[in-house]
Amino acid sequence: MSGAAHHHQDNDFLFKYIFSTDHKMISKQFFITGSFMGLIGMFMSTIFRLQLGFPGESFPFLESFMGNWAPDGILSPDKYLALVTMHGTIMVFFLLTAGLSGTFSNLLIPLQIGARDMASGFLNMLSYWFFFISSCIMIASIFVEGGPASGGWTIYPPLSALPQAIPGSGFGMTLWIVSMALFIVSSLLGSLNYIVTVFNLRTKGMSMTRLPLTIWAFLTTAVIGVLSFPVLFAAVLLLFFDRSLGTSFYLSDIYIAGSALEVDGGSPILFEHLFWFLGHPEVYIILLPSLGITSEVVATSSRKPIFGYRAMIGSILAIAFISFLVWGHHMFVTGMNPFLGAVFTFTTLLVAIPSAVKVFNYLTTLWKGNIKFTPAMLFAIGLVSTFITGGLTGIILGDSTLDINVHDTYFVVGHFHIVMGLSGAFGMFCGIYHWFPKMYGRMLNKNMGYAHFWLTLISSYGIFFPMHFLGLAGLPRRYYSNTEFPMFDNLYDLNEIVTWFAILAAFAQVLFLFNVLYSMFKGPKAPQNPWDSNTLEWTTPVEHIHGNWPGEIPEVHRWPYDYSKVDENGDYIGGADFIPQTVPLGENERDEGH
Amino acid sequence: MFDLLILVAVILGLIAIAKVIQVLELANNVKGTSSYIVSEKDNRTQARLMPVFLISYFAFIIWQVVKWGDEMLPVSASEHGVVIDQLMNITWMIIIPVFILTHIALFYFAWKYAYDKNRKAQFYAHNSKLEMLWTSIPALVLLILILYGLSVWGDVMAPLTEEDDPIEIELYSRQFDWTARYPGEDGVFGKSDVRLIAGVNMLGLDSTDENAWDDKYVKAEFHIPVNRSVQFYFRSQDVIHSAYMPHFRAQMNCVPGMITQFNFKPTITTAEMREITGNPEFAYYLLCNKVCGAAHYNMKMEIIVESEEDYNNWMNEQKEFMEYGKYSFSNEKNDINKEVLAKSTEAETKNSAL
Repeated sequence: MSGAAHHHQDNDFLFKYIFSTDHKMISKQFFITGSFMGLIGMFMSTIFRLQLGFPGESFPFLESFMGNWAPDGILSPDKYLALVTMHGTIMVFFLLTAGLSGTFSNLLIPLQIGARDMASGFLNMLSYWFFFISSCIMIASIFVEGGPASGGWTIYPPLSALPQAIPGSGFGMTLWIVSMALFIVSSLLGSLNYIVTVFNLRTKGMSMTRLPLTIWAFLTTAVIGVLSFPVLFAAVLLLFFDRSLGTSFYLSDIYIAGSALEVDGGSPILFEHLFWFLGHPEVYIILLPSLGITSEVVATSSRKPIFGYRAMIGSILAIAFISFLVWGHHMFVTGMNPFLGAVFTFTTLLVAIPSAVKVFNYLTTLWKGNIKFTPAMLFAIGLVSTFITGGLTGIILGDSTLDINVHDTYFVVGHFHIVMGLSGAFGMFCGIYHWFPKMYGRMLNKNMGYAHFWLTLISSYGIFFPMHFLGLAGLPRRYYSNTEFPMFDNLYDLNEIVTWFAILAAFAQVLFLFNVLYSMFKGPKAPQNPWDSNTLEWTTPVEHIHGNWPGEIPEVHRWPYDYSKVDENGDYIGGADFIPQTVPLGENERDEGH
Repeated sequence: MFDLLILVAVILGLIAIAKVIQVLELANNVKGTSSYIVSEKDNRTQARLMPVFLISYFAFIIWQVVKWGDEMLPVSASEHGVVIDQLMNITWMIIIPVFILTHIALFYFAWKYAYDKNRKAQFYAHNSKLEMLWTSIPALVLLILILYGLSVWGDVMAPLTEEDDPIEIELYSRQFDWTARYPGEDGVFGKSDVRLIAGVNMLGLDSTDENAWDDKYVKAEFHIPVNRSVQFYFRSQDVIHSAYMPHFRAQMNCVPGMITQFNFKPTITTAEMREITGNPEFAYYLLCNKVCGAAHYNMKMEIIVESEEDYNNWMNEQKEFMEYGKYSFSNEKNDINKEVLAKSTEAETKNSAL
C-alpha cells in the first residue's frame, strides 16, 4: 500500500475486502463462501457414505468429532438423515446456486458486457451479505438441540412441521426456514441486479446478439430465479405458520406421539406443488450457468465459433420456459389426478429437445476444431458427457409410467447427481480454471488441474453410475442402510464400491482446494489474455481497478466467436486465430451473430 | 490429542507440497516451460487419454451389467408390470444407442482434433438444415415415446370396474410400520378418524359404524390371491409415507388427510417366484419409499401371494374388529362400546339368520 493512503489503511481494508461494492470483489466473496459451504457439504456426504458402504461398522474417529451423533463410531439413523438433508440443502442452494451464479454472474456480467460495475453495487453487496448471514445460520443449525433439519432437502411437511416426528424438525428446522428466507432475499437482490445490468449497461455496439452465451445463460437464470424463488418463500412462510402459529395449511388428520393433533383441512400436497414450482426451475438455475460457461470455454479452446449461436440462445430460452411447466413430474405418485400426470409427462419430455440441440451443437463445435486441452476445456468435455448421461435417464424418470417403479429410488439419486450435480460442479470448475486469472491475476497450476479433472471424472462416475443399478434393484433413497431387507443383501459390494469412489472424489477436491489457495498467493502472474479469447473481460487490466477499464469502455464491433476466421485466401483475418470483439469488422467481413 | 497431531501433520504435509511445487515452478522458469501454458506434449497426452477414458467408461458399465445384472428386480409379478417393463426396455433401446453414439462422437472428436499448430480450425458457425434435422429427429422420437408412454399410463391408472371383481385392501402407514385392513364380509370399509385411535384400535375405526365391525386388520404380513385384481387404498396417520411394492411395479404415496389409490393384478405367487428366482427364501415386500423419520429404512411388510383357496383360509383365521372390542376396548370409550357390543350381538344374530 502506498504511503499516501497509509492513514486510511484500516478503512480501506474494510471497504476493499469486506463491505465492497465492487462486483469483482463480491464475486470472490461468493466464490470463497460458496466453496467453503461446498466443502462442508462434500465432507458430510463422505461421512454418510461410510455408513452406507459399511453399514453398522464402527469408525471411532467419527465419535471423536461428532460426539453423540455417532455413538461408538456408528452414525445414528436420525443424524444420518440430518447429514443427508444438510448435504442436499448446501449443495443445491449454497454451492450450486449462490456459489455458481454469485461467482460468475458477478464477475462476468459487467466485464463481458462492458460495464463499469453492476447497476447497483450497494444491492449487490447486500446480496452477498444476506447470503453470508444465511450461510452462517444454516451452519449454526447443525449445532442446536435436536440437530439440523432432517426431513430431506425437500422438507416435506408434516415431517418437517412436527418436532414429534423427527428431532431435526425442532429448532433446527426453524433455523433452516430463517436461513432459506434470507437466502431467497439474497438471490432476488442478485438476480434483479443481473437482469437490470444486462438490459441497461451494455457498452456501445454490444447488442443482444453479440452477447457471449455466458451472459445469455446468466440472464435467463436470473429471470428464472426471480420468478420461482418467491414461490419457495411463500411455501416456507406457510410452513413457518403451521409450525409456530398453529395454522394448518399443510396438516390434516394427524395422530402422532400418542395424541391426535388439532389440525384439519390442510394438505401436504399443496406444499409439494409450491416447493417444486421452485424446485424444478432450480435445476436449471444450476444447469444454465454451467452450460453458458462451458459454451464459452468449448468455443475458445476449440479455436472455433460455437456452432449454432442462435440455436444455443433459443434452447436456453426454451429450457427456461419449459422448466416452469414440468414441476409435477416430481409428484407422479402422490395421488395426483392421472390426467395431470399425462400433461406433466408431455411437458417434461419436451425438455429433451432443446437439450439435444445443445449437445449436438457442442459436438459440432468440437468437430474440425483445434482443441487446446486446458483444464477448463477438460471439465467442459466432462460436462458434455455428464449432461448426456444424466439427461438420458431423465427420459425414463420423466415418463410417468416408468417413474412408478423408480421414483425415489437410487436411480433418481444417480440421475440428478449426474445431470445436475456433476454438470453444475463441472461447469463451476470449468469456470474457475478459465477465469481464475481474471479473478486473482494469477494462474492455476495446470498439472494439478489435469490430475484434479481425471480423478474427479473417474470417481464421479464411480459414485453415481452404480446408483442406477441400486435403483433398478428397488433400493429406496435416504435409507440408513440396506440391511433390513433380504432382497438387498447382495448389494453390499456395490454400495462399498460407491463409498470408495466417494472417498477418492473427496481427496481429488483437496487437490483442487490446494491448487486454488496456493495459486491465489504464489501462482505465476497472469498475462493479459491467457487463452487468446475474444471477449471483453480480457481487455481489462490484470490488476483489478474500480470501474474495470482505466479509460473509455471499449466499443464492440462483432460477436464473440470469431475464432479461426479466414479470408478468401485461407489466411487468418487479423493475423491470429482470434479476433477480439473490440476489433472493427473488415470491409468484406460478415457479422456472424446477426 | 491424537486428532490434533493428525491435523498438524496434514498442515505440514500441505506446506511441504507447496514448497515442492514452488521448486518445480522455479525449475520450469529456468527450463523456459510454464506451469500453466498448455504445451504440445500436454495436448498429445490429454488427447490420448480421451479414447482411453471412453473405453474404460464403457468397460466399467459393461462390467456392472455383467456383475450386477442378476441383482435387478426379477420379472414383474403383476399384469400391468409386464407392460411397464416392455416400455422400459423400449426406452432403453432408444437411450443406449444415443448414449453410445454421442459419447463416441464426443471423445473421438476430442482426440482427433487435438491442437496442431500447422492446422486451422474450420470456421463453421451454423447450418440451418443440420440444426432443423437434430431438432426434429429428437422431437419425433420423443413424440413416439410420449404417446406410447401415455397409452400405458392410461391403462395402468385406469380405475377398476365391477367386472374386475377386485378385493379391496387399505394400507395404513405410520411411523414406522404398516397395517393392512380388509373390509370383511360386508365388503365395505368402516369409517375411521384419527381422534378415535386408542389401544388396539390403532386405525381409529369408528365402532359406531356397523361397516367397521367385520373389518380385519393385520400387521407384519398381508396376503393377496393370485390372478385377482387388488384395489389398494392408502392412508397415513402422521407424515407422508410411500407404499412401494417394487416386484409389482407399484407405488403410491400415503398422505395424511387424504386417501390415495392404486390397483394391480398379481400374476405370480410367492412360491412360484421362489422357483423363478431360484431363491427358496424369496419374499415380496412392501417398503416405505418416502423419508418418514429415523427408522424409515426399516419400515416394511411382507406380501404373500397365494392361491385363492389359501388366501380364503388365511382370511378366515384373522380377527374381526369387533372381536378386539369384546375383550379389550379401552375404558374411556366404555359407553360407546357397550352400545356397540349390543349392536354387534344384534348383527351376529342377523348374520346367522341369513
